[in-house]
Amino acid sequence: MKQTRLNALHKKLGAKMIEFFGWEMPLEFEGIIDEHVAVRTRVGLFDVGHMGEINVAGRDALALVQHLTPNDAGRLAPNQVQYTALTTPRGTFVDDMLVYCLGPEHYFLVVNASNTDKDFAWVRDQAKGFDVKVENASDAWSQLALQGPRAQEILQPLTPIKLAELKTFWAARGPVAGVDCLVSRTGYTGEDGFEIYTLSTRPDTIAEAILAQGRAFDILPIGLGARDTLRLEAKLPLYGNDIDDTTTVLEADLKWIVKFKKGDFLGKDVLEKQLAEGLKRKIIGFDLIDKGIARPHYPVFVKGRQVSQVASGTFAPFLKKAIGTAYLPIEATEIGTEFEIGIREKRVKARVIPMPFYRRPDKA
Amino acid sequence: MFPDYYYTKDHEWIKVEGGQGLVGITDFAQKQLGDLVFIELPAVGTRLAVHQKIGTIESVKAVSDVYCPVAGEVVAVNKDLESAPELVNQDPHGKGWIIRIKLANKSDLGGLMSVAEYEKYLAGLEH
Repeated sequence: MKQTRLNALHKKLGAKMIEFFGWEMPLEFEGIIDEHVAVRTRVGLFDVGHMGEINVAGRDALALVQHLTPNDAGRLAPNQVQYTALTTPRGTFVDDMLVYCLGPEHYFLVVNASNTDKDFAWVRDQAKGFDVKVENASDAWSQLALQGPRAQEILQPLTPIKLAELKTFWAARGPVAGVDCLVSRTGYTGEDGFEIYTLSTRPDTIAEAILAQGRAFDILPIGLGARDTLRLEAKLPLYGNDIDDTTTVLEADLKWIVKFKKGDFLGKDVLEKQLAEGLKRKIIGFDLIDKGIARPHYPVFVKGRQVSQVASGTFAPFLKKAIGTAYLPIEATEIGTEFEIGIREKRVKARVIPMPFYRRPDKA
Repeated sequence: MFPDYYYTKDHEWIKVEGGQGLVGITDFAQKQLGDLVFIELPAVGTRLAVHQKIGTIESVKAVSDVYCPVAGEVVAVNKDLESAPELVNQDPHGKGWIIRIKLANKSDLGGLMSVAEYEKYLAGLEH
């Protein structure tokens, strides 16, 4: 299995390790529930070094990124970030990702660990005919995520970057704990926080500095278990569950990342047609009316007929209930619609509820 | 430590008192599962065979079946677990009991492990 540069630290902290798409990663430290609650109410530190990073550089860098994605990368100023996708010609997902503009001819793509090799091959193949260099820099980059209402308070003493001025979806370069980093106000939890990227071979020094600084706030190291429950409560999609190469960007309820006016992109005509004709199915969020927990792949029934499977589903530790997502026929997607999920031998009643399931409280 | 307890290879325990037994899962099992969030209990009156599924216990990440160590009839279920499944994590041998069963055949206990045998079994697993 591959290991991030924080592997020894995880083991020192007593993590329960698991395999995640070829990576040895921490599932949990204190426990998924304690970790989840820590991020919602205080702060938590994640190792996300398994994520992939792809550099697209050269005269046609923006043109290539625009061709590959539905969002408008042309609006990005240097150091600005946007959430977007790599789309297929059918308007479905190769992956979802963040695009950082690091300069007029340099875009930095941050992709899922599960898809890194596939995404790199895709971008490289699509780059034929564009004056660009595409580089898979995933092995060189390490990444940490510091998330929670106390994140800025803990990180500020460790960096000269003025974090109060760093707005959401913006990045800055500077030292953190004396180590050169790229820091963005982004994250996958629904809380305020930062993602910290570094080319240093000792990201553990940054992690240890953050954990020491955060001790006064009861910071916890956070594993992949809580990463999943946090992102689901915040309605952030997971490739392989909520989105994949069979679901279009519109069916996935991500119309906000599609900017039809920006010019041509892979899948644009399919998505335009789908918008004009109306969707036949769409992803919804649900909770359960009866007792139980709905998990990925459990069958989903509308009026007694199986229509799909649960995409994401778990017990949400902060909301203290079972929640999940599923694709339903468009007629069944109204809030309040009741349907059923097969949990072992039983049919358990569920209902469509608004998403996100959780929204962080606004600062007073 | 717990002289009345018998254990199964699936990490259930049964504490025998007269013709009845209290059944739960062991500390090893609750550690493996992590934070428990949901427990599906059988109805009182259910008749179970040896190694028949009592119900399921779910942690955030996993679903696990609980099997009955002996044959018999369920005479009580721990209703506290419906609102506080974490009792199984906190006190797996005490407040985290799952069902009380009236034994159909005391001889079923012969197929189970003693404390010492279970501890040896656990030591073997960890290698």
